[in-house]
Amino acid sequence: MKNIKFTYTKTYILIGCMLMTLLGCERELSEEAVFAKFPTTAEIYIDDPVGLTDQFFRSFDPAAGANVNGFGVDSNTFYEGSSSIRIDVPASNDPDGNFIGGIFEDRGAGRNLTGYDALTFWGLGTTSGTVEVGFGTDFDRPETDPSFAVSTVVQMTSGWKKYVVPIPDPSKLIQETGMFFFAAGGFDPLGDGPNGNEIAWTFWIDELKFEKLGTVSQPRPIAFSGQDIAIQTFTGSEINIVAQGLTIKYDVDGENLEVSGAPAYFNFVSSNTDVAIVNQFGIASVIGEGTTEITTELAGVKALGSLAVSSSGALPLAPVPMRPATNVKSIYSDAYTADTGSDFNPGFGGSTTETTEVGAPGELVQIYTNNNFTGIIFDNTVDASTLTHLHVDLYTNEPGTNVNIQIRDIGVNGEIETNIFTGFPDGDDKDKRFTAAGLTVGAWTSVDIPLDGDLATQKNNLGAIILAGGPDFILDNIYFYKE
Amino acid sequence: MNETMKYTRNTKSLLFMSFLLIVVLVISSCDTNETQTVATFSELVMADEFDTDGAPNSAIWNYDIGDGTANGLPAGWGNGELQYYTDRSDNVTVQNGVLIITAKEESFGNSDYTSARLLTKGKFEQTYGRFEARIRLPNGKGLWPAFWLLGDDSNGTEIWPQIGEIDIMEYVGDEPSTVFGTVHGPGYAGGESVSKSYKLDNDRFDNRFHIFGIEWGPDYINWYVDDVLYNQLTPEDVPGEWVFNRGPFYIILNVAVGGALPGNPNEETVFPQTMLVDYIRVYKNSNN
Repeated sequence: MKNIKFTYTKTYILIGCMLMTLLGCERELSEEAVFAKFPTTAEIYIDDPVGLTDQFFRSFDPAAGANVNGFGVDSNTFYEGSSSIRIDVPASNDPDGNFIGGIFEDRGAGRNLTGYDALTFWGLGTTSGTVEVGFGTDFDRPETDPSFAVSTVVQMTSGWKKYVVPIPDPSKLIQETGMFFFAAGGFDPLGDGPNGNEIAWTFWIDELKFEKLGTVSQPRPIAFSGQDIAIQTFTGSEINIVAQGLTIKYDVDGENLEVSGAPAYFNFVSSNTDVAIVNQFGIASVIGEGTTEITTELAGVKALGSLAVSSSGALPLAPVPMRPATNVKSIYSDAYTADTGSDFNPGFGGSTTETTEVGAPGELVQIYTNNNFTGIIFDNTVDASTLTHLHVDLYTNEPGTNVNIQIRDIGVNGEIETNIFTGFPDGDDKDKRFTAAGLTVGAWTSVDIPLDGDLATQKNNLGAIILAGGPDFILDNIYFYKE
Repeated sequence: MNETMKYTRNTKSLLFMSFLLIVVLVISSCDTNETQTVATFSELVMADEFDTDGAPNSAIWNYDIGDGTANGLPAGWGNGELQYYTDRSDNVTVQNGVLIITAKEESFGNSDYTSARLLTKGKFEQTYGRFEARIRLPNGKGLWPAFWLLGDDSNGTEIWPQIGEIDIMEYVGDEPSTVFGTVHGPGYAGGESVSKSYKLDNDRFDNRFHIFGIEWGPDYINWYVDDVLYNQLTPEDVPGEWVFNRGPFYIILNVAVGGALPGNPNEETVFPQTMLVDYIRVYKNSNN
């Protein structure tokens, strides 16, 4: 008996020691170690602004065309309660600004939105005009801080409708100050594109808040427009992944919608970080020679689309143009101011070309990959009647690269007209064709193409440069000049 | 799921009915009658937990292969479905503790999609019991997954709908928060079937696993999702012969693509799509 009792006592002592040990382990984190907790307020505007700055609405810069007159609160038209936000969108010819837009900011240090999955509101419009809406934009955020901005385009209807803007990855939003963002321009009743005939209209927003809906699907991130693309580049170049088509698709209750989310929501992965690294702003920096594949994830979901980067090492700089600017009308060069803007990605049907602008500031070049045919389409025609040549610098890493350059005058009607059977100019168009052949591998070749032939008598409406063949080359310093 | 006819549903009235039923259930649950017979389907008679990687357990599962023509149906399994069923690991496999049925967009056997349909015909069949599975459903317009039972055809001597069909769970991928349970029998098949839907509040069936099941006994079938009993059907509820007091019935798991009920996939539908099945369990009444 005594022995048994003794055994029990030993057990008690043992348990006691364990308890003390366990208790001893339990201590509070020091104040420095505890994450600050920000309020989780969901409401942004119900019948009044909720927890927003006294300013309530901060407009985009009027100097950039933002019209500050149209923002207000309406106590006659509302979805629920006693008021809504009313936005009078200006016409495109309004002298006080041709669009309206701005943001709502949290009046405190920001809110913890990790418990929500969407921004929601009820909307109503006098027309079926579209509004860009979102959250996560704060004009005061330093550029070095990552933005968690999200936006999507919604179409208003003549009856109240609930709109949902999913939060791409709520776990990132531990302290968000950008509560709402919107921008809208005049309604285009003819649907004939932005041409200055857009009319004024009005829309209302009510019951604006963050919600945990539970009906938002998993995100379907899409990078590089969903394509598996490959580019040939060089050390020192940068690739903007956002500009290459970064978006997120969702369905909410079975309805599909698409939002664009800031790069900080995404995780960019480079398979070979000796070749390229990607920062939180979605900028891939090529730092060495070799190949790497860049893929993208959002909240653990791998994005459709990838980018295979092949770096040939350092790219030598193109020869610096020496001609006086007065003798030059430039299309693309860091040495001259461009005579017109140009579209380097015209997206011709059947074109397989990928065009990417890369390089440090002042050293930008256009990289063409897998070119069959593409073009550089001038925003405004160039009058080259007093000019004599087109200059182009070309670089390639591939032996046997030949690039056919077609300088097109598009005539007084301002349209590119091409015979679909022959590929030659049609209507009032003329062109001059030149093949840059025998390019030196690994060095820049400068070509100067005389504006002669069919252009000798018609070169006052130059509208495009068509590029055929290659297929892989780099262009720089594209300009017309006078000898 | 039905084998030969088009299928329509009146969602609004179904929804309204489901609200009514929930109200009734809430009230009746406060008033437990001590004399009622409580069926306790607690004796596990068959379970596949899908714990062995590779092909599903051949002691339990068969496959339907093709577009339905080999089964004597018009191409598209009588419903205008677009998939070709295979038993390839591309379409059906067990990985990491779950059965994965994958619907793919690919040219195969004159079809534009492939998928899989598993059945226990001739391997496991039972009359009455609790049939339950834990499933995560696919997403997108045109996806039509199902967990259902068909009555044995007595070696081909009886045909659908006389054999009876109990759809434990059906779902269309563009209504990700709604499932429906249905019976088909003589006089109430295809578009005339007796069905009821169940919609999740603030949740979806494609984001995580949910439990789908029936409790089936003499003269009744109860449908439930997770812990919610949402429908009971008895012989009074069907406009024809109650063909569910005879058996046995076998289990089918499949993912169909396209056809009259879900509509065809559209440009927003992403392939491949998967239905994940964590387990399937069948119990019988422990009082029997």
